[in-house]
Amino acid sequence: MDRFLFLTLDGLSRGAVYAAFALALVLIWRAGRIVNFAQGAMAVAAAYVAYSVTAATGSYWLGFVAALIAGLLLGAVVDVAVMRLVDHRSPLNPVIVALGLVLLIHAVLGMVYGNEYLPAQAPFSRTALTVGGLAVLSPYDLFVFAAVGVVGAALVWIFTRTAIGLRMRAAAFAPEVSRLLGVNVSGMLTLGWALASGVGALAGMLVIPTELGLHPHAMDLVFVSAFTAAVVGGLDSPPGAVVGGLGVGLLLSYVSGYAGGDLIPLAVLVLLLAVLLLRPGGLFAPVAARRV
Amino acid sequence: MTDLLTADALAAGYGPVPVLHGVDLSVAPGTIAAVIGANGAGKTTLLRTLSGMLRPTAGRILLDGEDLRGTPVEQLVRRGVAHVPEGRGVIGEFTVEENLRLGALWRRDRADAARALDEVYQLFEPLARRRRHLGHQLSGGERQMLALGRALVSRPRLLLLDEPSLGLAPRVVAQTMALLRQLRDDTGLTVLLVEQNVRSALAVADQGVVMSLGRVALAAPADRLRDDAELRHAYLGF
Repeated sequence: MDRFLFLTLDGLSRGAVYAAFALALVLIWRAGRIVNFAQGAMAVAAAYVAYSVTAATGSYWLGFVAALIAGLLLGAVVDVAVMRLVDHRSPLNPVIVALGLVLLIHAVLGMVYGNEYLPAQAPFSRTALTVGGLAVLSPYDLFVFAAVGVVGAALVWIFTRTAIGLRMRAAAFAPEVSRLLGVNVSGMLTLGWALASGVGALAGMLVIPTELGLHPHAMDLVFVSAFTAAVVGGLDSPPGAVVGGLGVGLLLSYVSGYAGGDLIPLAVLVLLLAVLLLRPGGLFAPVAARRV
Repeated sequence: MTDLLTADALAAGYGPVPVLHGVDLSVAPGTIAAVIGANGAGKTTLLRTLSGMLRPTAGRILLDGEDLRGTPVEQLVRRGVAHVPEGRGVIGEFTVEENLRLGALWRRDRADAARALDEVYQLFEPLARRRRHLGHQLSGGERQMLALGRALVSRPRLLLLDEPSLGLAPRVVAQTMALLRQLRDDTGLTVLLVEQNVRSALAVADQGVVMSLGRVALAAPADRLRDDAELRHAYLGF
């Protein structure tokens, strides 16, 4: 029972990161109908910026803020300098370009920082606190929950309460009508990329210290897990991404706790395959047919 | 008096397919012009070109004497042009209130934007009752009100309307046309209206513009088109 509780809480903590990362994928999907396969590589690039800033200043938090800013900027740059130039008539084009971007980012990071694991610092202790003899959450887990919670709440606030959020949603739902009403649609798309990439950078900063360390490929498996989470939730649904993220986190925690950590990549792929076969629209997809 | 809108030898099309072959058109301020003509005559293409969604391949568009070429679509509403597109463009995923707010977001004068929103709710009472309803839950007539209301919150000088009668009951069409006349008389709004429903359009319009195969076949006072049987037979076929 203790073990089950521990695995559950640990799974939720990992799941919170997957949820944030899946949310980033959903943001771009909703804004531009693109699955951003470069999300993981972009998040790692932001984490390397944090590494450099922290190494130069000695402050984890300056590095953390630098990663978020780098994430926002990188997202905007990828949209303006790369994705906007891609012919979107075939949905495969942006996918291929995103995969090319992954190779490019990995190669550049490898050239600049090397392909060895660099130590990634956690700002809080990762040792679980014990409550009544039971090992529960570590301070770092609480930090993860708080960070993802704040970002999730901020996104909800932006999209439902602010004028810019209304513009971004309008640009996604009805680009032509939005332009007639004075909305700068391509600007909103760039903003969507920036926000998504910023959220992705946050997820990278949260998850990398819990893994082997900083490496150009550090987010590869996280990307697959978060992509699965986004598909489980339905790519169109932000609440679905959160539920999917937590669900995938729990599943992987149980698999690794009861069956062995080696099985994690297999479990992710089995889940992805099962969802795509049984309910390709995701669990939260509306019943209505695709908009044409 | 100078015309509010002038199209001068306007040509446009989709890719290699030309649709408009040199359209000349002028609309005086505070008047309603009805563009009528058969399917495929280029009416919708004309509106899309006027509002910048299609780039003209030749010719000029003047708004109050200023050339509109190169003005991005999203800037047009700031110049006083509101375009209600084909199918009305109500965003089904948005509430009535969100649809209307979207129409006023670009405005700097927040107080006047709020006033304009209130005026729309007064003008269209059913919308005020259904503020929180989603666009796709509205009836055809309510969508029409929402589309018109959303255009009006920008306080346009020129309203471009694409087939406002489409899919609506005759009573609702009559109300819409009466409203356009009222807006013209009360606020001096200029309207360019594209219509298949020739009778309702000519009933409200000051000027009738008959389009055929991408050209203006005839531009004449609407009452002449309405009353001159010979002209009507020749150009409108009834």
